Amino acid sequence: MPSTTYGKGLRSLSLATIATIATALVLTFFYAPLDADQGFVQKIFYLHVPLAVVSLCGFIFGAGLAIGYLRTGDRKWDMRSYVAIHMALIFGIGGLITGSIWAKASWGHWWVWNEPTLVSFLIVLLLFATYQPLRFSIEDPERQSRYASVFSVVAGAFVPLNFMAVRLAQQYVHPRVLTLGGGNLPGAMRLTFLVALLGIALLYVTLWKYEMTAKYTRMQVRRLRRTLLGEDTIRPSGRSAAPS
Amino acid sequence: MNVLFALAPALPLGKSGKFVAAAYIVFVVLILVYVGIMAIRSERTERELAELQRDVEAARAREDERERETVNS
Repeated sequence: MPSTTYGKGLRSLSLATIATIATALVLTFFYAPLDADQGFVQKIFYLHVPLAVVSLCGFIFGAGLAIGYLRTGDRKWDMRSYVAIHMALIFGIGGLITGSIWAKASWGHWWVWNEPTLVSFLIVLLLFATYQPLRFSIEDPERQSRYASVFSVVAGAFVPLNFMAVRLAQQYVHPRVLTLGGGNLPGAMRLTFLVALLGIALLYVTLWKYEMTAKYTRMQVRRLRRTLLGEDTIRPSGRSAAPS
Repeated sequence: MNVLFALAPALPLGKSGKFVAAAYIVFVVLILVYVGIMAIRSERTERELAELQRDVEAARAREDERERETVNS
């Protein structure tokens, strides 16, 4: 029986996540000053940007875990990668919706097609949205894991390349508040942003562990049934995008 | 609540406030939907575990009965 326990430390991690997100909310609404240009609507920044950043990092994380599968052939790496990408997609959708609301409030449009950051994020999101249908289309579990891992690595490598391409683009409509040189965020805003980013990152890790625990428990129940009652007592689960 | 609003740097709850509220509500709803789906899955696992326990107990009872029959005969 494998000794992996994903639930270990989940309780303290959950508490740390709740505390950090609560602190981030307090800092956002009671500490960070109002933006001189956008006013109150800029408060969306502390939610939208961390969601987008964590989502992109989640895709890269998923690619890293997929490398683990390709190197070892152990399907637990595929499961980890699958959950990482699945979570990153959810965070990405959150980032996209909150960004759209912010765009409507400050630019007057729900979506701006000539804005490189928005469109590049959408491309990355749509690319990873094909991950689940790709998995679903392959019936053989071994092939499913292998093809999905290759896809994750290639698509994951595309994320930083895409990011750099947008940074190098000449047309800047999207405000550049975070740069390697420190950016142009005032101290109180930067602190609030960093706490919000930490909160969302912790939320990602917590939910990843939560889902891994749930999936692993289900797998263990099935394994136990197979051991105690025999292979024929397992009901076929049918075709699935998730690793089984 | 009034104290919180007094401490806040002039919360403009007008037009822009609605957008900010909408963004944060979207986030909360997304998390709630996710937790809801996970709760349904946990329930399914719990059901499978209970079913397994029932099946194992039934198998054990059958085995005991068989042993008893062997001893009797």
